Amino acid sequence: MSAVLHPSSSKPDLLAPEVTHAGPVLSVKGLGVEFRTRRGVARVLDNVSFELCRGQTLGVVGESGCGKSVTALAVMRLIAQPPGRITSGQVYFEGRDLLTLTEREMRQVRGNRISMIFQEPMTSLNPAYTVGDQIAEAVRLHEGLSTSASLARAVEMLEAVGIPAAAQRVHEYPHQFSGGMRQRVMIGMALACRPDVLIADEPTTALDVTVQAQIFDLIAELRERTGTAVMLITHDMGAIAEMADRVVVMYAGRIVEAGAVRDILSVPLHPYTRGLIRCAPGRRTVAPGQPLEEIPGTVPSLLERGAGCLFADRCAQVMPRCRVELPPVSTRAGGHQVACWLHQEHLA
Amino acid sequence: MRSDTLLSVRDLKVQFPVGGGLLGARKVVKAVDGVSFDVRRGSTFGIVGESGSGKSTAALAVMRLVKITSGNVLLGDTPISQLEGEALRRERRRFQMVFQDPYASLNPRKRAGDAILDALNLMGVGEPAGRAERALELFLQTGLRPEQLQLFPHQFSGGQRQRIVLARALAARPELVVCDEPVSALDVAIQAQMLNLMLRLQREFGLTYLFISHDLGVVRHLCDEVAVMYLGVFVEQAPRDALFERPLHPYTRALWSAAPSFDPDARGRKGRIRLQGDPPSPIKMPPGCRFAGRCPFAEARCHTEVPLLREVLPQHHVACHRVSDAGQPEYPLPD
Repeated sequence: MSAVLHPSSSKPDLLAPEVTHAGPVLSVKGLGVEFRTRRGVARVLDNVSFELCRGQTLGVVGESGCGKSVTALAVMRLIAQPPGRITSGQVYFEGRDLLTLTEREMRQVRGNRISMIFQEPMTSLNPAYTVGDQIAEAVRLHEGLSTSASLARAVEMLEAVGIPAAAQRVHEYPHQFSGGMRQRVMIGMALACRPDVLIADEPTTALDVTVQAQIFDLIAELRERTGTAVMLITHDMGAIAEMADRVVVMYAGRIVEAGAVRDILSVPLHPYTRGLIRCAPGRRTVAPGQPLEEIPGTVPSLLERGAGCLFADRCAQVMPRCRVELPPVSTRAGGHQVACWLHQEHLA
Repeated sequence: MRSDTLLSVRDLKVQFPVGGGLLGARKVVKAVDGVSFDVRRGSTFGIVGESGSGKSTAALAVMRLVKITSGNVLLGDTPISQLEGEALRRERRRFQMVFQDPYASLNPRKRAGDAILDALNLMGVGEPAGRAERALELFLQTGLRPEQLQLFPHQFSGGQRQRIVLARALAARPELVVCDEPVSALDVAIQAQMLNLMLRLQREFGLTYLFISHDLGVVRHLCDEVAVMYLGVFVEQAPRDALFERPLHPYTRALWSAAPSFDPDARGRKGRIRLQGDPPSPIKMPPGCRFAGRCPFAEARCHTEVPLLREVLPQHHVACHRVSDAGQPEYPLPD
């Protein structure tokens, strides 16, 4: 796949990185989000902090309701207010706090510098417009290209994401594409403006395993070429092992563990992370037909948070202290962080 | 047929007519195109494949929930593919189904206990007076609490709903339970709970499962024998260990190598077969091997000659021209 995407004379690779600056491209600090419900206020994110570096993939993993998608929506400022509300924290992108931008300023960032792909490629595309129109629209709005130039860019993007006969297919409608092809279109659209950050929220959950492998290869390849930082949201530890450089494990709106992918997978510290890894049958920690390790119970209600660790009720190693006091974050070598009372000897 | 065979499927075909207006020619989708297999009593037979492979249609055909175009389905000695009307309904207590989506499988206006009671009443299981107790028993067996009998589906989590669905399927003490992706809608932690429950119930009640899934990890954990389905046919079928440790069909190898490895150091490893493109349309099936168009090892005859499913090693069946009769792949094995 070699898409030279610019019609200019020197023909630079449009996907090549423009600038390289050290340090994180996106930095989230102390993010808190609440949702008002009929039964009370649900604290959906509580003091979430992480950094995303250029050319890196950060995996965000956890069960449904752990807050991983809300984290992405908060970064994109896509949380409906009301009922939602960002109660605390900052989202630094290029030295600016996105949470302080006006809606007009934010529109310059969204879909342009930070873009997002969603789980369900059918509902993310407008069935009434051709895929070319939809990709071109983003380029026209953000880069002010003409109609014909933006359509040419759309063709180039479809080529870049491996859609055959792109010049014809650019005029086709979403229903004429298969699920995997639609997700490629979404990725092409998300990358059309050369974003610094790509947020992928369960991008392959609706797809077959062979197509998932193609999409993962594509995201990895584009990340190499563009230096785009990728935030991959998933519930699948297999996807994490395949794609992520660093991992954030979320539980009930809090980060319980974070670190390099090898550390997380080989020496998981938090009992929840250990459970998540061991209960996957694909990991084959027990013989076929033997009971898998379970995480008993279900995710707690976010409406009434107790004072202690929210995992305490499901934890096999729970201690009295866990139920009354929130475990602080301790950091080990390699930036491996964990919030658990079992691991307090390493407190910095 | 072996004496311990519970389910025997022979040359099963399911075709759906498509199109065919006033002028358009009537076309046919061959969703299941000649599938045969036996399932031993008390074992689990898995069918894996991508979406559109026909695995769910095969399951529905066994359940008599889609019209069978041709072929036979035998449950014990009963030809369930031949039964109709009341005779079929009476036999239904012997084979039950669990669907993928526990949200769509339960009536939102019916209490959980009543959903199970209905099944008991419809099937006429036991004496009417004892049915409430039986419902409670099923509830406890599937890990639900007695007070939850009174709750409505929306008051349960996805995993709990799937337990209700399982309890309802077991109400009539079936011999065969057909499970179509029963855990794919569940969170991974809940998946493990559900799989453990299914394994325990199988041991306790001697259940036989026909298990449909696209999740190779789940299939490998649960199934004793596995068939790989591609565009309406089985391309490979073998006991679990043989199939996972020594896959012969290039498609099976491709499926296996697409599964995440759980090992970050194995990324970008060699030995991967990456499939390009999507499966062809089941309306315009290619003349030879259905996989030939995507197969990196296809030869000329693969495009013209249909490979037959044949036994190349004990109990190991494969439909590929490029596997020898001695069960040796004749295509270059990736290192």
